[in-house]
Amino acid sequence: MGSVPISWFLTLSAVLFALGVAGFLFRRSIITVFMSIELMLNAVNLSFVTFSYQLKKVDGHLFSFFVMVVAAAEAAVGLAIILTVFRNRKTLNIDDVSSMKD
Amino acid sequence: MPREYLPILIFLAIAIAFPVAAIAAARLIRPAAPFRTKLEAYECGIKAASDSRGRYTVRFYIIAILFVIFDVETIFLFPWAVRYKQLGWFGVAEVAVFLAILAVGYVWAFKKGALEWV
Amino acid sequence: MSPFSQYYTSLDHFSIIPAVMLALFGCAVLLFDFLIFPDPRQRKWLLIFVALAEVFTGYGLYQQQAWLAVNGVAEISGFGGSVTVDGFGIFFNWIFVAAAILVAVASYKYLETAGEHHGEYYGLILFAQCGMYFLATGTDLITLFIGLELMALCFYVMVGFLRSDKRSNEAAMKYLLLGAFSSGFLVYGFSVMYGIAGSTKLAEITMAIEARPAWDPVVFLALATTAVGLLFKIAAVPFHMWAPDAYEGAPVTVTAYLAVASKAASIAFLLRLFYYGPLAPARQAWEPMLAVVAVATLTIGNLAAINQTNIKRLLAYSSISHAGYMLLGLVAGNRTGINGILVYIMVYTFMTLGAFLVVAALRRKNIIGEDLDDFAGLMRKSPGYAVLMLIFLLSLAGIPPTAGFLGKYYIFLALIQTGHYALAVVATLYVAVAIYYYFKIVRSMFTRPEAEESPLASSFGLRLALGVSGVLTLVIGIYPEPFLKLAQGSLLR
Repeated sequence: MGSVPISWFLTLSAVLFALGVAGFLFRRSIITVFMSIELMLNAVNLSFVTFSYQLKKVDGHLFSFFVMVVAAAEAAVGLAIILTVFRNRKTLNIDDVSSMKD
Repeated sequence: MPREYLPILIFLAIAIAFPVAAIAAARLIRPAAPFRTKLEAYECGIKAASDSRGRYTVRFYIIAILFVIFDVETIFLFPWAVRYKQLGWFGVAEVAVFLAILAVGYVWAFKKGALEWV
Repeated sequence: MSPFSQYYTSLDHFSIIPAVMLALFGCAVLLFDFLIFPDPRQRKWLLIFVALAEVFTGYGLYQQQAWLAVNGVAEISGFGGSVTVDGFGIFFNWIFVAAAILVAVASYKYLETAGEHHGEYYGLILFAQCGMYFLATGTDLITLFIGLELMALCFYVMVGFLRSDKRSNEAAMKYLLLGAFSSGFLVYGFSVMYGIAGSTKLAEITMAIEARPAWDPVVFLALATTAVGLLFKIAAVPFHMWAPDAYEGAPVTVTAYLAVASKAASIAFLLRLFYYGPLAPARQAWEPMLAVVAVATLTIGNLAAINQTNIKRLLAYSSISHAGYMLLGLVAGNRTGINGILVYIMVYTFMTLGAFLVVAALRRKNIIGEDLDDFAGLMRKSPGYAVLMLIFLLSLAGIPPTAGFLGKYYIFLALIQTGHYALAVVATLYVAVAIYYYFKIVRSMFTRPEAEESPLASSFGLRLALGVSGVLTLVIGIYPEPFLKLAQGSLLR
């Protein structure tokens, strides 16, 4: 136990976070963009748990709880808003949902 | 690489090898004579009417959203459940307040008709 | 103070009593919306609930202030240091109370006209204010994050409140996606800070960051990612893209609340982290970056507002530029600078609220009165509203004797005191640019002929809110002493 150095976990967390960011910036379906946001939040969860494991404290686990709750609540609100957008516009393509311009 | 992870590696190798072997064996043994009609999607013997990615009802989304919220509420009950003896009556009171706030949300969803299936 | 148990002393309870009041009344609004008043005409009782909630919250804040004064301590620390009630927090909480009550009374008629008058609106206002309470008084990363997300989630729903309006849907979607994205960056920064310090309390993180070398890459990572999240919330460049769309698509009273209360809470959050907290020792690393961000914010905010014809969008860009001025106060970084930010946020609250509420007054049966043309000839049609708008616009431009001048004065003073002469010159130039687009509206109101004949929708609540904002904007400008003393007394160091 403990033979995997924590820098591996932190690198994994950073890579997942970067993938989430890339997904957010380059995908065109709203649902996929939303999934990328959830991926970012879960990468942060991994980071918190890793630090908490190294420092032998509970704070990181606790924060991870709250990040999960917030991610769930955001998902609920987000899906409701996406539903409303879909009802009114019949499309889930981000490029089509842009009627307000400068 | 620590030795405890070796069984996982073997398991992964078998899990990949098994379907690959099955599909490869099938591909090698079966006769291959494709023609257009055979390759179409099956729709009870008639010509396919539309794309199979049809619309599904919005009710599924709403039930999913409500499930996620109340599931996370359950997650928050686990820490209290593990230590309920040490936390005593104070813990019960706190969890009661927590559940009461979520009950308000439940009553609101109920009254708004979010729990109707029809 | 006698403890209820070893975990929850009465001092802990005292430190969060306003938030408890707000949450209770929010739940009560949601329940009463259905159980007791199925008749839509009884909705004014929900407004009474909101007013009661604000009265109780205000009383709680007053008691906290009195306790601090009587006992002579600088702060009440609750929940093991997670919540700290000090002068700074109480100052911001009073701003939130004022903003919430003014928006609530003004929204009643507006939502009825828009056809989406649901009781949840008032519940959301109260819950958002509860989140803002924790943003202003939180001194633990978890508390701050929860407060931020509570406020943000309520705002996502409120921005999308007009369900049949396509712009509202789109605004809510964009705000939510970008908001969640920046929250992700923010928590990543929090996780790095936790890793550095081993604790989520701001005081311990500050000590840990002080102990590290000046240009530490880990601290820089924490700084960069946290800054992304924070700059998004105050709508600073380059994370300002959500603001014009969200402000334009949302119902006007929600825009007012968003522009005022959300921005004030985010400024409180920014100051807690960057000046009174963990990132203060890393000042060398972020001061030049923040200066560049502030100048860019001023530039884009002012230049983009010049060509706008939609008033809500114009005011959105002007809001962005005001955030730029406040960032300059942080860049200056001395006591005058932070005092300037507090004064600025106080006057900004009333003048922006007033400006948006005048736009709300223009919403009539079939007219969405958001364009520059809708303001044409307002002086002849309803001189009261035109004069009020004139006061608010003068204040936004920073012209004495209105209140807006004071905020800019202290920020410029701080910049000169700390030697940032170039920044002061640039900021002054942009004041001149701003005067141009504010006066476009004034010219439209006073000189152009009327386009629409129908009278403005005026309800008692809207007139009350406008009256209070207008009077305060003038009074703070003409007789600023008590308000300046209030802001000065709320500084921590």
